[in-house]
Amino acid sequence: MKTAVIVFPASNCDRDIAVALEQATGTKPAMVWHGDTDLPDADFYALPGGFSYGDYLRAGAMAAKSPIMQAVIDKAKAGAPVIGVCNGFQVLCETGLLPGALMRNAGLDFVCRTVTLKIENNQSIFTRGFEKGAYVNFPVAHHDGNYYADDETLDRLEGEGRVALRYVDNPNGSARDIAGLINDSGNVMGLMPHPERVISPLLGGTDGAAFFKGLIEAVS
Amino acid sequence: MKAKITITLKNGVLDPQGAAIESALAGLGFAGAEDVRQGKVIEMKLAETDEAAARAKAEDMCKKLLANPVMENYSIEILA
Repeated sequence: MKTAVIVFPASNCDRDIAVALEQATGTKPAMVWHGDTDLPDADFYALPGGFSYGDYLRAGAMAAKSPIMQAVIDKAKAGAPVIGVCNGFQVLCETGLLPGALMRNAGLDFVCRTVTLKIENNQSIFTRGFEKGAYVNFPVAHHDGNYYADDETLDRLEGEGRVALRYVDNPNGSARDIAGLINDSGNVMGLMPHPERVISPLLGGTDGAAFFKGLIEAVS
Repeated sequence: MKAKITITLKNGVLDPQGAAIESALAGLGFAGAEDVRQGKVIEMKLAETDEAAARAKAEDMCKKLLANPVMENYSIEILA
């Protein structure tokens, strides 16, 4: 089971997600620099959290245009599983692999705390390890997590079961309490909360370990 | 030539920064300031000497990077 983590300038959760993937697979992921143009062959790709390019212009906007992203887009369109966490979710929206955009939090504050999420759809490769309707606790740490899409898009996402995770107590004004989304072919997920930060009791929780275990089993 | 690109949020997109500015203005006693919206302005020099070519280049930049059509509109002014 080979995995790869894309590293952008000012990614800051790249090592965290690498540890989470190593824990789930037993193998260290390949770390791929944003300036590369070739992706190593892997069974799973991750775009980490952080503040790529300082969040300048729009969060994720410049990372979405970095050289490696064309290869990630090609892989995703060919069906490879790709996850984007926090800044990674913002990057996926900016590439158009996921619909909508992540805007400044409605309360304007940077939100940094653990939130409870409801598993809305456990049919995806990303959430198969959970019961539908189960609750998990993941930390959030973001300034731009307020998901926006027009009503027609939101209705379509809900109708197609593509809202995978919803906030129980919305921390950022996100439309329809959306915390995590899946693309139309089911192989790309973006989420604002950080499962990679709760993979051990030492870190305050293990819901993230269950998340990565479930998704690695699903893509193996 | 110079280009001045103005990027604004689309109508209907919630603008918490605009709302905070509106509230601060009201706090300073500026009565009647409503629907405050915050956007951004990007200025640059372009090598093109022809206005149409400069505008086409700025338009391409907006589409590829400067604006996100999901929630933003843009307008371009070309200045000599």
